[in-house]
Amino acid sequence: MDLYTLSVRQASDLLQTGEITSVALTSAILERIHAVEPTVRAHITVSEDLALQQAEAADVRRRAGEQVTPLTGIPYAVKDCLSTKGVRTTCASKILEDYVPRYNAAVIDRLADAGAVLVGKHNMDEFGMGSSCENSAFFATHNPWDVTRVPGGSSGGSAAAVAAEMTPFALGEDTGGSIRMPAGFCGVTGVKPTYGRVSRYGLIALVSSFDTIGPLTRDVADAALVMQTIAGHDPRDSTSLRAPVPDYDQTFTRDLKGVTVGVPVEYFAEGIDPAVEAPVREALAVLRDLGAEVREVSLPHTHYAIPVYYLILFAEASSNLARFDGVRFGLSSDGADVLERYLHTRHAGFGDEVKRRIMLGTFALSAGYYDAYYLRAQKVRALLRQDFDRAFAEVDALVAPVCPTPAFKLGEKVADPLTMYLSDVHVVAINPAGVPSLALPCGFTGDVPPLPVGMQLIGRPLDEATLFRIGHAYQQATTWHLARPSVMR
Amino acid sequence: MSQRIDTNLVKHIAFLTRLSLTEEETALFSEQFSAIIDYFDMLGEVDVAAVAPFTQPQITRAELREDVARPSMEREDFLANVPQRKGNSVRVSVVLENLAAGGDSSSAD
Repeated sequence: MDLYTLSVRQASDLLQTGEITSVALTSAILERIHAVEPTVRAHITVSEDLALQQAEAADVRRRAGEQVTPLTGIPYAVKDCLSTKGVRTTCASKILEDYVPRYNAAVIDRLADAGAVLVGKHNMDEFGMGSSCENSAFFATHNPWDVTRVPGGSSGGSAAAVAAEMTPFALGEDTGGSIRMPAGFCGVTGVKPTYGRVSRYGLIALVSSFDTIGPLTRDVADAALVMQTIAGHDPRDSTSLRAPVPDYDQTFTRDLKGVTVGVPVEYFAEGIDPAVEAPVREALAVLRDLGAEVREVSLPHTHYAIPVYYLILFAEASSNLARFDGVRFGLSSDGADVLERYLHTRHAGFGDEVKRRIMLGTFALSAGYYDAYYLRAQKVRALLRQDFDRAFAEVDALVAPVCPTPAFKLGEKVADPLTMYLSDVHVVAINPAGVPSLALPCGFTGDVPPLPVGMQLIGRPLDEATLFRIGHAYQQATTWHLARPSVMR
Repeated sequence: MSQRIDTNLVKHIAFLTRLSLTEEETALFSEQFSAIIDYFDMLGEVDVAAVAPFTQPQITRAELREDVARPSMEREDFLANVPQRKGNSVRVSVVLENLAAGGDSSSAD
């Protein structure tokens, strides 16, 4: 048995019965990373020594009869925007190339307490700014299903690593589709939780009012298990919600009787590739067969989601990235005076897309433009949220494609930022509204090689449980989540 | 294509954001920013006269922590990532010239 192929729950069961050790499992994962990394390029850092130490500690904890959790001894890796004590954290930016945090993000602390084993840090678009993982300052990640294509972004390294079986699970970060889009392109399961459900403490901020941290996994059952560990209130994040976290396993059902699912007509409108629409429509038929009632709904302001999302993103990002001044941490260039030092540091440290967004944010916030752009975007944002609230008065969840197309070719959209932004049309409305969404695979295109197609389930605020229930029942009735790319097998 | 954001405006924004751009970057960004802002002008179609801005998507009110004194970050932890330090201080460029009169004119501690 190749241990690297195990899901979180499969590995957890074998660790529990003593059939495998965490050191054996972690070693298998590290070997798999070494074998596949030259092809997929998912990792910025592999923390091999630390991983083996943590695996040994997990085995000792288990042998000593100490309390263990389902994640004790399970390897994982995270997007490189999450602070990891003693492990380089770059945000895929030259400005943080040598930055080694002195503290852990809250989610890393929670996983460490649970006994999980950190094996590395995943590639991403610089500071999360991108939809293809090509904006990394270091290298592009390749889609394991077709290495000439992008894995999606910005958590592209995390999705590619889960798909290529380089980790049983990963943590990504979703500001406007950055977990769901790569999950869709790479054929894995990804969760964008309700805003405030998971602590952002120790996350290097992109858009403080959109950012969410969530798992990428092989299936919904594993995603729920990881969420069970990382969700919940944290006093170190003032936007963290005090709401109780339900026992997600208890909400799983075989059928979906009593569940009403909405199909937002705007998400199936112009521009959707028939190769994407067909599998999502088939998935709706599966949900109906499982007992769900399916009905059309309207989210009339969807058309405005892209400008709302990007204008607020530009504005908040320009403010958040002002901290990179070369004084307290990160890259620091010389200059004759304080101004020149800032200019040199930020010129050398930031990539083109980061510069574009910082500048457009400052434009949208500046006198004379603030009302027309930033303030107006925040008002239309209220209408986006109102669309969801009205839909959720009628239905329990919404079903939509993750992206209008399957994974595109590397290099295809890099020259035109606006075209790249438009590829986010189905994922961006969710973050300004703050609602949760679960992306999961629902079929393949007819391309050679075939490319995964993803759908997303969108839910009421704090109702991840209903999304897990629907997604889990769907995966019990289908096998799309079990398909693996042929890379290095 | 319109040039709503001309090269002079790009240069002004670059200065405000403490970014230095080459002439080529300035010209390219002017073109790209104009295309993006033209597209985003669609927001002007929406009637927002009666709509309040929605700035935080929290569904419950953020609670403030009790005001209790706690240890802050250890000094060595803070200083570990400082690019230029001198002893227990962060070395920074001079901001107000006259305060540095008679001393090192390019940096202060």
